[in-house]
Amino acid sequence: MITLNEIKGILSDTRPECVEDLAQQAARLTRQYFGGAIGLYGPLYLSNFCSSHCTYCGFHSQQKMPRLKLEPAEYIKEMQFIHAQGLRNILMLTGESYKHTPVDYLKEAAQQASKYFQGICLEVHPMETAEYKELFLAGVDGITVFQETYDRTRYAQVHLSGFKKDFDFRYHTPRRAAEAGMRQISFGILLGLSDVAEDLLGLYRHLREMEKAFPGVEYSISFPRLRTVRSETLAACNVDDIQFVKIIALTRLLFPRVGISLSTRETPQLRDHLMSIGITRMSAGSNVSVGGYTLFKEQQDPQFDIKDDRSVDEIVKALKAKNFDPVFTDWRHIENVSV
Amino acid sequence: MSASFLTIAGRSFKSRFLLGTGKFKNKTDLSQSIVAGDCEIVTVALRRIDLERHEENILEYIPPEVTLLTNTSGARNAQEAVRIARLARSSGCGDWVKIEVINDSKYLLPDNNETVMATEILSAEGFVVLPYVTPDLYIARALVKAGAAAVMPLGSLIGSNQGLRTKELIRILINEIELPVIVDAGIGAPSQAAEAMEMGASAVLVNTAVASAQDPAGMARAFALAVDSGRLAFLSGLPLQRPTANASSPLTGFLYPS
Repeated sequence: MITLNEIKGILSDTRPECVEDLAQQAARLTRQYFGGAIGLYGPLYLSNFCSSHCTYCGFHSQQKMPRLKLEPAEYIKEMQFIHAQGLRNILMLTGESYKHTPVDYLKEAAQQASKYFQGICLEVHPMETAEYKELFLAGVDGITVFQETYDRTRYAQVHLSGFKKDFDFRYHTPRRAAEAGMRQISFGILLGLSDVAEDLLGLYRHLREMEKAFPGVEYSISFPRLRTVRSETLAACNVDDIQFVKIIALTRLLFPRVGISLSTRETPQLRDHLMSIGITRMSAGSNVSVGGYTLFKEQQDPQFDIKDDRSVDEIVKALKAKNFDPVFTDWRHIENVSV
Repeated sequence: MSASFLTIAGRSFKSRFLLGTGKFKNKTDLSQSIVAGDCEIVTVALRRIDLERHEENILEYIPPEVTLLTNTSGARNAQEAVRIARLARSSGCGDWVKIEVINDSKYLLPDNNETVMATEILSAEGFVVLPYVTPDLYIARALVKAGAAAVMPLGSLIGSNQGLRTKELIRILINEIELPVIVDAGIGAPSQAAEAMEMGASAVLVNTAVASAQDPAGMARAFALAVDSGRLAFLSGLPLQRPTANASSPLTGFLYPS
């Protein structure tokens, strides 16, 4: 049993046998609790309007770039495309803008999405409980909200303006979403933004706090690594592959049943290896620009640079070849009612 | 062993080994395990059934003669379980349902009270209801009253392979409850399945131990044999275990001269 106090020591242990040992233990637990199941989902960028200025993000408010927001007819086309690839879980994303993507807009998108998908999650600006409730009743099952870093000083340095500047409002977002009835809540830190050991501790404590307060929620964690946007390096510190493997393994050892997702920011080679160690969910066939699947294929910048551009079919083949079971549907839409 | 058919809601089964379908590395392993284990009842989470995609649809890998026990995995309360069960029925998955109401993602322990409520509603709607519970005599009695077709107490935490940690509580259910008692969750080895059967459980449900074995079909066979063996031992009247040796020269023999 690893405790939170040991994290720093483990992360600074550079011996290969330390990484191997962690990975072996994590792999056993992952097999025990998840079998070979890897949940697949597709991201859909609805809008890149943003009122927050986060220095590390390709979509931030000061960035001179064309801003787009999909109208219903447009996002339906995108949904149909994602659905036709076989995916049944969708993650709909926007920039952080109450003004351009208000609750009513998101509600309509959720209602449309429920015609095509069994699991609907949002990664949008943090909201109030009552707003989450409206979205839950409209068919949204989960939300993703990354604290990015738990270091308040660093947080203030990289979040210069907009809603996101408010550390505490963001910190309590999972709580508000759970109060509204959301089934799935996904946490995350942006690796490379601040001291990794401190951020991991912050994340783990946050998760433990939520597990106690809302035991019925299915939690998952993502570890995006801050690297490049338009080939520009923005990281404050480097999290190499060895460190990255340790982070995933440690998370599995501390939270045996928590989902761990991996995005297409990582290379196919690394993604394929990490599946054995602790990953339980991954995006597939992703396009990370607004309307990028069917509408505006070339003229925009993505939020981040994709490293794994394999199609859903290719990822499914790769999973099966390694004896993993690609899971397209892990929820069945039942009409959400107030909890 | 014709006298030892398992009867649930008026249907008889030769096999007392129920298989869960999660966690398999691939669906071929699953179908081979069902066959190798002679399983006649398998449980599938509705949330994992994608009716649109034939190749990926788990139901395509379950032989048609096998009874499908849809489970309500993902339900956090009675109402959600009821809605999932209704959806299962309207999707053509039949009306055999295993109620799983779990509102704790860390331990995955079932919420017994909500389970009783769901059982009551669904039994009244004509479902054959098999509720999954933490073993508790009062809850089991309430389930009988609510119309359950069997009671499925957990042996230990789901997926833990820890065996019959709740053995004495399950024994009470076996002694007191007239419905079939099917030990579900925590059984990690054939010997533990045999142990449950030896004490008179009507059946066992296993998933992780088979799905995560190196050779799932081989392990399914091993479980089937253990379940039969345990059942036969139970029917043959297992001698009582004694804490001390049984003296072969009795102390009171002198009272009965031959």
